[in-house]
Amino acid sequence: MSILLFAEHAQGKLKKSTLEAATYANDLAQKMSTTLCAVAIGQIEESELEKLGKYGVSRVYAVRPDASKPYGHASEAVIITNLAKELDAPVVVFSQTYSGRAIAPRVTAKLEAAPYSGVTSLADPANGFEVERMAFSSKGIQTIRTDKDKVVITVKTNSYHIEEQPVSCEIEEKSFSPSDTSLDTIAKELLKAGEGISLTEADIVVSAGRGMKGPENWGMIEELASLLGAATACSKPVADMGWRPHHEHVGQTGIQIAPNLYIAIGISGAIQHLAGVSSSKNIVVINKDPEAPFFKVADYGIVGDLFEVVPQLIEAVKKVKVAS
Amino acid sequence: MKILVCVSHVPDTTTKIQFESDGSALNKTGVTFVINPYDEFGLSRAIGFKEEGKSVNITVLCVGGPEVEPTLRKALAIGADDAVRINTQANDPAYVAAQIASYAEGKEFDLIFTGKESIDYNGSTVPGMLAEHLLWPFVSFATKMDLQDEERAVLHREVDGGEEVVETSLPVVVSCQKGIAEWRIPNMRGIMAARKKPLAVVSPAEITPYFQTVRYNYPPPKGECVYFEPDQAGKLIETLAQKGLI
Repeated sequence: MSILLFAEHAQGKLKKSTLEAATYANDLAQKMSTTLCAVAIGQIEESELEKLGKYGVSRVYAVRPDASKPYGHASEAVIITNLAKELDAPVVVFSQTYSGRAIAPRVTAKLEAAPYSGVTSLADPANGFEVERMAFSSKGIQTIRTDKDKVVITVKTNSYHIEEQPVSCEIEEKSFSPSDTSLDTIAKELLKAGEGISLTEADIVVSAGRGMKGPENWGMIEELASLLGAATACSKPVADMGWRPHHEHVGQTGIQIAPNLYIAIGISGAIQHLAGVSSSKNIVVINKDPEAPFFKVADYGIVGDLFEVVPQLIEAVKKVKVAS
Repeated sequence: MKILVCVSHVPDTTTKIQFESDGSALNKTGVTFVINPYDEFGLSRAIGFKEEGKSVNITVLCVGGPEVEPTLRKALAIGADDAVRINTQANDPAYVAAQIASYAEGKEFDLIFTGKESIDYNGSTVPGMLAEHLLWPFVSFATKMDLQDEERAVLHREVDGGEEVVETSLPVVVSCQKGIAEWRIPNMRGIMAARKKPLAVVSPAEITPYFQTVRYNYPPPKGECVYFEPDQAGKLIETLAQKGLI
């Protein structure tokens, strides 16, 4: 018996969310007095596989599919399910990324496991895997438990800490030649490669809204974000007016994020916007309207003209960064 | 062509979420329920196929008790042809996916739309599990969909940090994200017509639930907002730095 982690990677490197999921899976393995194995599929650097050992993974299955045969999420689900069965894994852990949400449900159905998606706390294996997950667009916390002996967990990104707990780690290469790819949907073309910092993984997000008055004023937002190593985001009206690209839109119908620090500039904080960002751990709001609803969920606020405040922020960040 | 659009009956986004005092359930008093907005994108896209001149029958399906029927009637008013209610409470996503699969099996649907997630439980798991039960391909987070012919479709889908183009055979399960279609407002004629459209109530399949909800809680309350004067922006940055946030 062993817990199985899906080690997601991008451009040959482990993702930050994978390290969160690894820490989660390792904490759970210790609670269950068992070991943690991981599966990485596709082209990933050898040093990255070894790195998994630092996070408690004692065995990594490096699955290298036949490069001449394209495969998709359905084949990945087959690989993960077969390994889970081989290991008799009671728990399979994913990160709740786009890929995680595309693959995990298939694995869940194949294993007839309980679907634990978007979890935010460590499951209690002695008590029906009782766990907390976010519900009602972060307006509620749902506690669930199961009678099933298998669960598939997707860990909400940015909601579990990362902690090194080194163990000795073996890497086992496995070849895989997909026999049936009829269920795979295979990418023909990538429209936008992931450039800059991924919004869902970013620690800091600088976001701006209609208060910016026009797309020509975004230079200072980008400068502030770049100084902080932050991703940039925007509100729905700004994306709808074409001031910023749609993939920057955070909120109910956009991307839901939970960074450590969210800086909202010139955004009033409509309930639809808050539904996508209220899981952020710290919120800074800059708005000229003291009645803006965003201040109700803010940790720090400045009531003032953003065109005066943001340049000051930029200068102050430069000073802090020089000092450190 | 036969399209099945799965919809959830969910509290409106602007609703203040309140739980029963013992945390056992959502307090539904005064809550307005709507079609899950992401599911409505799928319904709109299906109607779009019809407007493009394709011969399409749209069935809208909801798993729930009689209380979800207004949501199904609204979907009929927007433009679905008929409705199905699987008469059981939507206990958990695996239970719901298995119920839908059991209904859809053998009915020769060419396409099943769901939302990318429901705004009540935000799980994103039903469409993938449904595809696995039916052994169909699955395209998640679709932002665009065009039919090439009766057997193939080309879609755009969101992936981590980008968007890609995929081609798939039909039948297929597609989970919808913003961009795939615009929401539609039902007109008076649609609302009148919806009253006469068929709404079938079917018995659930024998499926045991996959998990139980123990309780609901509120997220920990936010502390008071600490304000800085507009000319004290530097102090704010120093505070963030001291807290290790930047």
